[in-house]
Amino acid sequence: MTELINFVSISLILVGIGMYGLIVKRNAIRMIFAIEIIANAANLNLIAFSRYLGDIQGQIFALFAIAIAAAEVAVGLAIIIIAYRLYKNIDVSEYKYLRG
Amino acid sequence: MKEELLMADVAFIGLSILTVGSAIFALESREIIYGAIALAISMLGIAGFFILLDSPFVAMFQISVYVGAVAVLVIFIVMLVRTESLFSGDEDNRGRQIAGLIFSLLAMAGIGVLLFSSLFSNAELKPSLENIVNKIGNGMLTYYSPVFILLGLTLAGSIIGALSLARREESDQPRSETSPASPQQEKIYLDKKSEGKGAGISND
Repeated sequence: MTELINFVSISLILVGIGMYGLIVKRNAIRMIFAIEIIANAANLNLIAFSRYLGDIQGQIFALFAIAIAAAEVAVGLAIIIIAYRLYKNIDVSEYKYLRG
Repeated sequence: MKEELLMADVAFIGLSILTVGSAIFALESREIIYGAIALAISMLGIAGFFILLDSPFVAMFQISVYVGAVAVLVIFIVMLVRTESLFSGDEDNRGRQIAGLIFSLLAMAGIGVLLFSSLFSNAELKPSLENIVNKIGNGMLTYYSPVFILLGLTLAGSIIGALSLARREESDQPRSETSPASPQQEKIYLDKKSEGKGAGISND
């Protein structure tokens, strides 16, 4: 049961859930949740293939990816705070001035 | 040996149910604060998968960064924004929901067919590595040291950027008071002004 294909399948299911969330939801915070789920699926893939190849590089890449994802969440939430101040709303279809 | 294998299977099935279920709940829960907590539980499940894959150092990092920092940050933002009264959009847009479901199922089916027909479908995992923390430390300080330094700079820059974005500017209030350039800017400015005068929301 704990073979490579099982872990990659779980990662695939998580990516599918994240894509569904990005398409359907218009709440900015929920879109950040979906992005986080996709990033976690990518990390799971990195670790699974690191174990499959018997190489440490996948784990180092996963550590870097986790740190970058934390920075991305901080900036994304700050942008949500700014947009909430301007529009009084966190519905991304209301953010009209971003359309250019 | 047999019992050990069985325990790993049980742990895998339980972790996958926990992770996938709480990921779905994070997106579909009615109250967004419960969604944030479910997201933290899902990340904890991913850390469990890392432990099953014999990489405890990355699992520890995942718990301390995601469950410890990111989830708490998200919960604070949810509390600050008070979404349940301010989210005006129709989240239950039927057409978009069906379209998203069809799209993600198609993508999963396509990648899944590719994956199960590839060589990875019956690949065996290698025996687990020894001295993982030692090797990660060596790699980070020798071959990956430029990446390590750049990562530190990126983290510092993004934190400073987030702080300066979220900070309310008091000094540019007189500058924008002189003459708004376009009607759109004027509207934003008026919104800002009325928000500043609102009784319920304090300025800083």
